[in-house]
Amino acid sequence: MVTNTQSKSLWNLSILKYAIRDAFLKLAPWHQIRNPVMFTVYVGSILTTVLFVQAQFGKGEAPASFILAITLWLWATLLFANFAEAMAEGRGKAQAQALRKSRRDIQAKRLTKPDRNAKKNIVPSASLRFNDVVLVEAGDFIPSDGEVIEGIASVNESAITGESAPVIRESGGDRSAVTGGTQVLSDWLIVRITVNPGETFLDRMINLVEGAKRQKTPNELALTILLAALTIVFLIVCATLLPFSIYSAAATGMGKAVTITVLVALFVCLAPTTIGGLLSAIGIAGMDRMIQANVIALSGRAVEAAGDIDTLLLDKTGTITLGNRQATEFIPADGINIQRLADAAQLASLADETPEGRSIVVLAKEKYGLRGRDLAELGATFIPFTAQTRMSGVNLPDRQIRKGAVQAIESHIKSLSAELPVSVQKSVAQIAHRGGTPLVVIENANVLGVIHLKDIVKGGIHERFTALRQMGIRTIMVTGDNPLTAAAIAAEAGVDDFLANATPEDKLKLIRRLQAEGHLVAMTGDGTNDAPALAQADVAVAMNTGTQAAKEAGNLVDLDSNPTKLIEVVEIGKQLLMTRGALTTFSFANDIAKYFAILPAAFAATYPALNALNIMHLATPQSAILSAVIFNAVIIIFLVPLALRGVTYRRVSAAKLLRNNVVIYGLGGLLVPFLGIKIIDLILVGLHLA
Amino acid sequence: MTEIGFFQLLLYLLIILALVKPLGWYMAQVYQGAPCGVNQLFNPIERFIYWLCGIRADQEMSWKSYLVAALVFNLLGLLAVYAIQRLQFFLPFNPQQFSAVPHDLAFNTAVSFVTNTNWQAYAGENTLSYFTQMLALTVQNFLSAATGMSLLMALIRGITRHEAKHLGNFWVDTTRGTLYILLPLSLIFAILLTSQGVIQNIKPYQSVTLLQPVIAQQQPTITEQIIPMGPVASQIAIKQLGTNGGGFFNANSAHPFENPNPITNFLEMLALLLIPAALCYTFGLMVNDKRQGWAIFLAMFIMLVPLMSMTIIAEQVGNPAFTALHVDQTAQHNDYPGGNMEGKETRFGIVNSAIWASATTATSNGSVNAMHDSFTPIGGLMPLWLMHLGEVVFGGVGSGLYGMLMIVIITVFVAGLMVGRTPEYLGKKIEPYEMKMASIAVLVMPLFVLIFTGIATVTNMGTSALGNPGAHGFTEILYAFTSMTNNNGSAFAGLNANTPFYNILGGFAMLVGRYWIAIPTLALAGSLVQKKVIASSLGTLPTHTPLFIVLIIGVTVIIGALSFFPALALGPIVEHLMLWNQYGH
Repeated sequence: MVTNTQSKSLWNLSILKYAIRDAFLKLAPWHQIRNPVMFTVYVGSILTTVLFVQAQFGKGEAPASFILAITLWLWATLLFANFAEAMAEGRGKAQAQALRKSRRDIQAKRLTKPDRNAKKNIVPSASLRFNDVVLVEAGDFIPSDGEVIEGIASVNESAITGESAPVIRESGGDRSAVTGGTQVLSDWLIVRITVNPGETFLDRMINLVEGAKRQKTPNELALTILLAALTIVFLIVCATLLPFSIYSAAATGMGKAVTITVLVALFVCLAPTTIGGLLSAIGIAGMDRMIQANVIALSGRAVEAAGDIDTLLLDKTGTITLGNRQATEFIPADGINIQRLADAAQLASLADETPEGRSIVVLAKEKYGLRGRDLAELGATFIPFTAQTRMSGVNLPDRQIRKGAVQAIESHIKSLSAELPVSVQKSVAQIAHRGGTPLVVIENANVLGVIHLKDIVKGGIHERFTALRQMGIRTIMVTGDNPLTAAAIAAEAGVDDFLANATPEDKLKLIRRLQAEGHLVAMTGDGTNDAPALAQADVAVAMNTGTQAAKEAGNLVDLDSNPTKLIEVVEIGKQLLMTRGALTTFSFANDIAKYFAILPAAFAATYPALNALNIMHLATPQSAILSAVIFNAVIIIFLVPLALRGVTYRRVSAAKLLRNNVVIYGLGGLLVPFLGIKIIDLILVGLHLA
Repeated sequence: MTEIGFFQLLLYLLIILALVKPLGWYMAQVYQGAPCGVNQLFNPIERFIYWLCGIRADQEMSWKSYLVAALVFNLLGLLAVYAIQRLQFFLPFNPQQFSAVPHDLAFNTAVSFVTNTNWQAYAGENTLSYFTQMLALTVQNFLSAATGMSLLMALIRGITRHEAKHLGNFWVDTTRGTLYILLPLSLIFAILLTSQGVIQNIKPYQSVTLLQPVIAQQQPTITEQIIPMGPVASQIAIKQLGTNGGGFFNANSAHPFENPNPITNFLEMLALLLIPAALCYTFGLMVNDKRQGWAIFLAMFIMLVPLMSMTIIAEQVGNPAFTALHVDQTAQHNDYPGGNMEGKETRFGIVNSAIWASATTATSNGSVNAMHDSFTPIGGLMPLWLMHLGEVVFGGVGSGLYGMLMIVIITVFVAGLMVGRTPEYLGKKIEPYEMKMASIAVLVMPLFVLIFTGIATVTNMGTSALGNPGAHGFTEILYAFTSMTNNNGSAFAGLNANTPFYNILGGFAMLVGRYWIAIPTLALAGSLVQKKVIASSLGTLPTHTPLFIVLIIGVTVIIGALSFFPALALGPIVEHLMLWNQYGH
């Protein structure tokens, strides 16, 4: 059932060791009672154990060896179910341990006021409270969650995200949130602490992955109710077989009433132990798959809701288009040769390692045949982009070439008492109107022209949206662009709809309107201004790089801060629900075969004619009953990988999915036990065990 | 199956199919208060009833008020039926001077008619006065049926309305159902029946001289026979239409005054299925998606046809024990029906008895025109199992469809998960509360059938009433409690059910079977009505496709089979195996 590559990750040795130990520990009654289906098996196992002891003293209702075999397999059923749950928890626990390591005792530099030169007190991080202000310098660990109020620094967040590339954190804007346990690599930050001890993101994550505060989700609860109801039916079916068989035995004068051991065996086989035993493992594994995808689900409910989503709101930038725009055109100012513009633009970008810069060099080479030149040979110095100047360029002995956004260049040449020519202003307006970004190029005080940077739709995104449409999920692109541009990109990307000129309020309104129409909406966001919309959405994925407000409003946090992750989140949600449905179907379909195994065996003495129902031709009544019980226990172990991995999800319509799953798990569930029980029976007979 | 048998079955099913749409449309108009002829004509009567009873027709009810109204209404009905039986000696229209019905039997009968079961532990012609038959039983035949349909309407409104609180007005629904649907249909039907010889009078029982006296050893020679009379046609019409099934006479529709000839037999068989089948179409219209109604109809239909055919085939094949005695049971030239004729009326034969037996148990009607006890084990198994499916293969008027909708909700839940969404039905999310209610509704029936059968099989009170030993006796007990808990009311016979044990336990079974399904159904409606409608998309589980129909059937059959397979194995199945093992060669 498991392919080799996957089995390696599933059956990790240390997790296996813990899981086996935990399988026994979980036999404690207070643990068992949380799962009504398995609790009935638990009581049944205790009952047959007592019957075995009684048989040892010679007053048994059946041969002691038979009762013992049944009893052992009943306990095995419980152990296997516990093992499945422990396996699911194991991976979370391993991750929690890694996280705990990063929650080391950090000495924090508490400031008396938010000023770098203010008086510092060195205190342990655990004593930091809400609203304290701390200074974090290069090499320091950030002591707790907070918001940057001053400074800019690069931070290594690998402890949380697993991503080793450092990220920039700065005051103001959407990159102001910092997480405790991460390390400042360069510069310094003044951070206002936003949580009290024990409530940090790290603490919450540890709790979540450990499953310490795991509650049953609504759907899990509903399924538990259904399973419990059917368990009650089976309990009564088996319990009333006792009076029925007493009557039958008396009426025919043949055989004896059916034994309690056989009734318990029949009950355990009929009760939905397969799904009952794997139910919590499926839920934990679903959360775990989110964690594997580097998404932290703040509640199990959010994972389930992700499966229900029928509308995705996607930000254009970074999700649908490459975050970086690319140069597509040079538009010279009036009276300027285009070759001169291309030459200047290339020179200004040769040392610019940003994607935009590289795309300018590529364009100059492809369209104007300009080869790369060695800046050092030309005696040039590169002037990198800074937040203050918002320009970059190159200084040659007599030329100062700059490129930058319109406003930046405008204020720069104003200081040189020059102005933007009308032709350039026109080109700028035109490019902006078409949804592109204009970059103005100047040499000294002369405006040479404009570079047209264009949004590039990500490769493969069109296919992805088509697949989503087939799954019944509508995609809506949200962008601040004007409607014209938005429409062009929407058409190119193949989204179903778009919201242009979107303000955060518009976004919120759109979500409310969609929800009123009965849609379930998912979105991603990172800014503080996204928070109201995130709070309103049914599934809200906050970027880990986002602000604290955004993270609190979301119910999922994406540690990779990858907006496309939403699609995976939806699939994980669907997979979780499908796994539950598939195993429930499988579990009930199994029962038919078990009846054919156990009923003729149980009543063989009273009604020999019932042997006609023994269509599997099982060897003896005892081997038949034992085979059914063994199959019922072993199937749990066989299905553990499926429960942990989830059933395969394909992006097709609900009708197709249903057909596939009904065939595999419904029809399969009907047939597999006939085969399985027969094989076990042959083995038992072969080994002379029954 | 003989050729003529096949064509009779085909004709029967085709006529049912043809009637589903017009009647279903009509009922939808009635319950939605849309004008459609009849209700305009009788509108003054409707308003007069409201005025008389002080009903505010425009005042809608929450699920709790609706439930309380239904329960109080039924409780008053129960008390009235009990009182009339106990007091019948002092009441008019009692030409035979019948005295009061014993209290346990009166309780059982009152419960039986109020719950639309019509289990009869008495023989009508020597127990009940005309007054009791007309004013207690026939009235409840109408009202219990109308109550069932009202509950269904409340559930449908729970599904169609959203972010609301109210489910309609119980009094209005019940009045309209009675006045515009049950009364006109019964009137037409009763007239048709009397035209064919079903009697309708209040004369004293007639005494006739026998042409050939019956001479018995050591007993006086019998020269005359008492022939019971009564207002039969009016009761038969509603007993068939309202899935009641309580016969005027003990022999039910095997009696020539209830069912004189093949034409009345055919009409009565049509009436068995008519309203429950048409309600599926009503449902489709009311939820604004006819496909949903047809899907449920087809699921029921597809379950009915093979089980009905199996009953016919089993009876046609006959009893191997007779074959061993050199009785020829093969049909010849269509004028000799062959098959197992034990317990069947010769004027109906194999096919019409078998169709009736399966139709009366598929719906929760319970009237009989042959003795199911005398069917072959497989022929008896089919009606029994049709009831074990929970009376959802058409089922009782109203109750069959709402019972089926509970199964649909469970189907939607499991199937919905398999498409990766938290389940929803017709735009309403199925959450823990709905699951709890649907589970109770589905759980109650097997639970009580099995427990009560279990009690009866090991107590002397239970087994002493048996007419047959062994597996067949077991089937008799199982059938009795199955019939009562499912509010079917048909008897397998062979069991002397008029004992305090069966009367009281059975009365309880009927109450549980009716209300412990009705209450969660209304609670579920009350929860659904508050929910908002989820927009449907390609990701939504379609609930009208052939695959979904197969799933509904699968869930119904698997729940029915898993709950009752062991019991059935010890009853009809083993009886069949032993019979054929002994005589089959």
